[in-house]
Amino acid sequence: MSVGAEKSVYEELGGEPAMAAAVEVFYRRVLADEHISHFFEDVDMERQAAKQKAFLTMVTGGPVHYSGLDMRAGHAHLVQRGLADSHFDAVAGHLKATLEELGVAGPLVARVLAIAESARADVLGR
Amino acid sequence: MAKVKHESSWYPLEPGESVLDALLRQGVVVPNSCRAGACQSCLMRAMAGTVPEAAQVGLKETLRAQGYFLACACRPPAGAVLEVTGAEALRVPARITSLSALSPSVLQVSLVTDSPLAYRAGQYLSLVRADGLTRSYSLASLPREDALELHVRLHPGGAMSGWLAHDARPGDVLDIQGPAGSCFYVPGRPEQPLLLAGTGTGLAPLYGIVRDALEAGHTGPIWLFHGARTPEGLYLTRELRELAERYPQLHYRPGVLEGGTRDVAEGALDVLIRAECPRPVGWRAWLCGDGPLVLSLRKKLFLAGLPLKDLHVDAFLPSVPQAQRGIDAGA
Repeated sequence: MSVGAEKSVYEELGGEPAMAAAVEVFYRRVLADEHISHFFEDVDMERQAAKQKAFLTMVTGGPVHYSGLDMRAGHAHLVQRGLADSHFDAVAGHLKATLEELGVAGPLVARVLAIAESARADVLGR
Repeated sequence: MAKVKHESSWYPLEPGESVLDALLRQGVVVPNSCRAGACQSCLMRAMAGTVPEAAQVGLKETLRAQGYFLACACRPPAGAVLEVTGAEALRVPARITSLSALSPSVLQVSLVTDSPLAYRAGQYLSLVRADGLTRSYSLASLPREDALELHVRLHPGGAMSGWLAHDARPGDVLDIQGPAGSCFYVPGRPEQPLLLAGTGTGLAPLYGIVRDALEAGHTGPIWLFHGARTPEGLYLTRELRELAERYPQLHYRPGVLEGGTRDVAEGALDVLIRAECPRPVGWRAWLCGDGPLVLSLRKKLFLAGLPLKDLHVDAFLPSVPQAQRGIDAGA
């Protein structure tokens, strides 16, 4: 391995197939949480799952890159509907629980949560 | 401003307006029904110009490659220029062979085409009357059967259903367009439990799918739930009970919201399903019928552990009546 080429959590987990498995777990958790489920209701569940898979791929350091502006624009309509810190915290909690359920090691979970945390201001439009 | 050329005339589009709305607003007849990108009645073909990706979602690869798109989902960006034609080339004539009542509110329509239509049991097609009136219906028949069988719910004031019930006669010819849809049985894992649930004429695709699965040799348990408001809304009950006697793996469960009997359970469909299929993990499911109910059922089954890829849904959308066009065009 070349110097500095630290494997991403995405690669450690097994790439795309791992994300496909993770999104089922993650989507079920957020839909079952009444505090946040209304932000995730979508007539087109496939589309919603695809968005979440992109999110999981991004926060695990995989080949999806959203700019801060993308995150802002993508969540602006939810901020108008009251998206706030408590919802962000709940989603981060489900992200942590999903990774733990899939057996991801503690230090890797911490790395993912740090990436997710770095998007907080943009997601909440601050 | 975007503009669209159709039969040698140019039509301007309002900002954010769909090609369908713009053409209808300016007096062009375009077949359409659900206006939500699902029924594919408003299929058109782009002869020049670029169609937004969203207008080709759900279309077969062969149709996309030929420039076909859904006019209701096509909102070209400002400045875009499109030249379009109708999808007449994709339609084939079909002759009505019989019209018979399955229940006081459901009409069975049988049609034949000159050459067999290639379709999967459970898919849907659009009926196009000579004047352009278009509605989409699910197929209840099997491809090996001679006729295409549709179950048409009789809506008060319904344009197509009223015409079929009162004016159409065997021998009359319509055009059909399709098939479309991905709600069908795929052979494989014959021991896997299957859950089929529908309301009203959502039974049509399920009646095709259940027989398709049984004829393909599916041996695992197959649960078929058919829900209606009252017992009068149930139909094909005798045929399905006979089918269940012939195939012991089939469990037919009619249910109603009110007026249950010894043979017909009473309660909400999701409650009836949960009572008999409490843990559907590892199953495959098909849900057809009333839009909101089917979507809510899908969510419940997903939360109960069914993967999205094994949940096949055909949510029936009402056709948008003529009188509402002006209203929702602005929404």
